[in-house]
Amino acid sequence: MQYALLFYNPPLGSMPAPQRDTVVAEMLAEMHVWHEELERAGVFRTMLRLASVEAATSLRRNGDEVLVSDGPFAETKEILGGLAILECADLDEALAFAKRCPLARIGTVEVRPEWGTPR
Amino acid sequence: MGLDPSREALEAIVRDEAGLVLASLIASFGDFDLAEDALQDAVAAALESWPRDGVPQRPAAWLTVAARRRALDRLRHAAMRADKAEALRASEELRRSESATTEAGDDVTDERLRLLFTCCHPALSSEARVALTLRTLGGLSSEAVARAFLLPVATLAKRLERAKHKIRDARIPYRVPPQSDWVQRLGSVLAVVYLIFNEGYSATGAEPAARYSLCEEAIRLARMLTALLPRDGEAHALLALMLLHHARREARFADDGAFVPLDEQDRGRWRRDELREGLEALRIAASRERGAYQVQAAIAAAHALAPSGADTPWHTIAALYAELELLAPSPVVRVNRIVAVGRAHGPEAGLALLAALEDDDAARLLADYQPYYAARADLLRSAGRTEEAAAAYRIAIDLCRGEPERRFLAGRLAGLAPHGLDSLARGR
Repeated sequence: MQYALLFYNPPLGSMPAPQRDTVVAEMLAEMHVWHEELERAGVFRTMLRLASVEAATSLRRNGDEVLVSDGPFAETKEILGGLAILECADLDEALAFAKRCPLARIGTVEVRPEWGTPR
Repeated sequence: MGLDPSREALEAIVRDEAGLVLASLIASFGDFDLAEDALQDAVAAALESWPRDGVPQRPAAWLTVAARRRALDRLRHAAMRADKAEALRASEELRRSESATTEAGDDVTDERLRLLFTCCHPALSSEARVALTLRTLGGLSSEAVARAFLLPVATLAKRLERAKHKIRDARIPYRVPPQSDWVQRLGSVLAVVYLIFNEGYSATGAEPAARYSLCEEAIRLARMLTALLPRDGEAHALLALMLLHHARREARFADDGAFVPLDEQDRGRWRRDELREGLEALRIAASRERGAYQVQAAIAAAHALAPSGADTPWHTIAALYAELELLAPSPVVRVNRIVAVGRAHGPEAGLALLAALEDDDAARLLADYQPYYAARADLLRSAGRTEEAAAAYRIAIDLCRGEPERRFLAGRLAGLAPHGLDSLARGR
């Protein structure tokens, strides 16, 4: 069964640039190690790091037309920074890998099962 | 086949066996709803055929076989339905249950443990864990559970429904957790059992009969846990703690309904046999690793073993609370420790600790914590600072959630020295 791991983290924009670069570099290195662990376990499907919400564009229906607007769907304190898809036997297995994700230390990792797979 | 028993006797047998049967059905079908529906069908069949044919030698086995047959019928039926996803799910379950049936022995005991761990999974909300545990492993009806929690039956049903769907959709596994998660997961199970007990033990809310049934359910679940996990000290300790508290139920309230503190209770109304069982469970726990439940049970035992309220070993109790604070620090434990220190070393010692607590960040958490003001008021009263004591009693009274505490504190306030009575008149 596939589980989506959605990575929410506080925006890094408020941090001074040199410090931010260090944090990001460290995190990317740790994410690389985590990714290798997922590959070795055979559970890795895909992963995506997302650009900042300033690059987001949203579509909304308004009557008969669809409006295109700048920005994310919702403004929140923590932003969706990326996601991974894992193939796991059950929730416990997915949670075990999610717990070891370095991003779980700086933000929230939401684990969501795919819809409607038979057991 | 046995004698022809009454309908009440049949219903009692069914209630006793239902938890075991349900656990084994969930184990083989992996679906709470299907297992419950099938069990309900089997119970209806039993109540029809047992009065006629007699009660089978092994009622649980009879019910399991009957329920499994009903469940398979339901699945075969569903597998032929038009809805592709539902049909696919049903045939998967059918396949699963067929392989499970061949390997399923008589090991229903282990299945109850697996069911308990699933019901208390940390991915479920705390309310859902409590409701699910009571509903699937307890002997109470939905109506009884709803009554004890002062919830509409429909609200409870919705909560259960959501939890069962999450178990299915997120595929929360039905198994005893691995060693790496053991401590955390067992902690969650024990916490759920203790939550059930405390809901029954707290003097607020539903009427005593409904509340005591929750206490008894919690004790029954803890007994089951100690039987399934005989080497786990904290399970024995939790059982001890609950037995030692519950044994005092009839002495906890005066005739006018006022709460009676432990050292002023009529010890003749304590249940000696239950205290003995509690002390025995604590003795077993004490031979294992020491944990927070064991220390709490030791505190309850120190009260139970004192020959009279005046002989309460407050020095020992204060030391045990200090140990508990190291194991499970919280402002609530701190307040209890301060009360014990006040009794052991005098009110000034207690007030000094209270002052230190107020400087702490913890003070925010205590701002509307009734026992904090009650403890403060008692210490001030013992120190002879009547005016300040009266003020603290009034705050505590305003924060009371239940009538027993309100009556008890009002009694203390009224019992203050004469000018204490004056300020009561002025304050109200």
